[in-house]
Amino acid sequence: MTRRAWFPALLAVCLAVALTFLTLPVVAIFIDSSPGELIASLGEPGALDALWLSLKATGASIALILVIGTPAAYLLATRSFRGKAIVVTLVELPLVLPPAVAGIALLASVGPSGILGGAVEAAGLQLSFATAGVVVALTFVASPFYVRQAMAAFVAVDRALLDASRTLGASEARGFVHVMIPVALPGLAAGSALALGRALGEFGATLMFAGSFQGVTQTVPLAIYDRFSTDFDSALALSAVLVAVSAAILLSVKLVQGGEALGLAPR
Amino acid sequence: MLLTICAGGCGSDDHDRLVVSAASSMTEALERCAPRFGEAEDADVRLSFAGSDELAAQIRQGARVDVYAAANTALPAELHSEGLLRKPVEFATNELVLAVPTDSEIDSIDDLTNEGTTLAVGSESVPIGAYTRATLAKLPPGQEKAILANVRSNEPDVKGIVGKLTQGAADAGFVYVTDVKATGRALKAIELPAELEPQVTYGAGVAQKAAQPQLAQTFVEGLASGGCSQALAGAGFGRAP
Repeated sequence: MTRRAWFPALLAVCLAVALTFLTLPVVAIFIDSSPGELIASLGEPGALDALWLSLKATGASIALILVIGTPAAYLLATRSFRGKAIVVTLVELPLVLPPAVAGIALLASVGPSGILGGAVEAAGLQLSFATAGVVVALTFVASPFYVRQAMAAFVAVDRALLDASRTLGASEARGFVHVMIPVALPGLAAGSALALGRALGEFGATLMFAGSFQGVTQTVPLAIYDRFSTDFDSALALSAVLVAVSAAILLSVKLVQGGEALGLAPR
Repeated sequence: MLLTICAGGCGSDDHDRLVVSAASSMTEALERCAPRFGEAEDADVRLSFAGSDELAAQIRQGARVDVYAAANTALPAELHSEGLLRKPVEFATNELVLAVPTDSEIDSIDDLTNEGTTLAVGSESVPIGAYTRATLAKLPPGQEKAILANVRSNEPDVKGIVGKLTQGAADAGFVYVTDVKATGRALKAIELPAELEPQVTYGAGVAQKAAQPQLAQTFVEGLASGGCSQALAGAGFGRAP
């Protein structure tokens, strides 16, 4: 090795170590289970229930996040006001909260004995032991991923475009819908994919806040934990499905953003 | 859920390290006695609590533990027959009870069939869930079915059930009498009719691959008669027959 080559070599070694460390556990999931076993384990009703529930709860949560989060992110991206930094920090806070803290926080706020528990009940909302509770848990942990990314996407839009539409007489609402959203779309899509990935993987907050019951609150991660002690093969099969879905999500982010998405990903 | 606690100074290398995997229901008792055991034996005792089934699964997956203490005798016996655990011993008993919030109007198992009553129980694989199902199976089929229909959550360990009860999410749940005691006054225990009560016996053993077999043996013996047995008795556990 020449004198100058040591640094690039060090970089390559570090990358090799990181790559091995990060991919080996994931690869092991597929090595440990044969495709036949994998499909057979997915055939059992509990596994399909878990997949279907994860799909429904994640879908509902992403819909909520998009509807509320997009205008909220637009506001934060286009206005400056006193205390904005604090607001942004508060919105982003769940990003760094451990799932157990999120579970406790949800119980303390909208749980049956939480400060708003009575109001939730009065509104006829059933959250604990209900799919709605799963949606609340997923939305709480996943929305900052979207809002953060959406803010960045709106900030990056050339203000001249919006100003032009305003000069042509369009209201801000029209400009938001017809100019800002289309232009920011790749960023918004990346944000929703990241939120989707986080929501799909949610475990602790769901278990603590909503419980675990097949077909109602037992999402795929909870089903994996439930099977880990008794049916490792089935746990592997469900894990493999989550890996595949998550990989598909990441890939779609990369495709939408032309390969830049991963660099923009939060954390 | 996993919880690892260091008793007697973590991270120091001049002590022997003893890793104890114990059922969630023993959390309070072992946290009390383990530091004293560590001091007396000049060892780092590391306690890892979870559902007995999860802990057994970890050992099957190669987890390096020295002592395995479960909420039943079946799991230690299985690990023993698989060559992963030395001959296990029975060291304590517990009692399955119906737990409800202190102000609850539920006062017997018969109230659990009412529509709208929500129950949190252990999942089938964890001992508390197996004891619960075995108990319910002794009821008339109609009553068993009606009670099971009110189950809203299958929790991975007793701590999960207790949490759902103390948070008011569930109206009632089946736990060990020691779990109710550990909550202070938040929950009350309703005893089950004698004919329904399952025999709840705790078993423990030294892992075949224990790094500290001698120390582990001393710890296991102490569960049956020693500092930890007193802590278990103080928490409401019974002495093994």
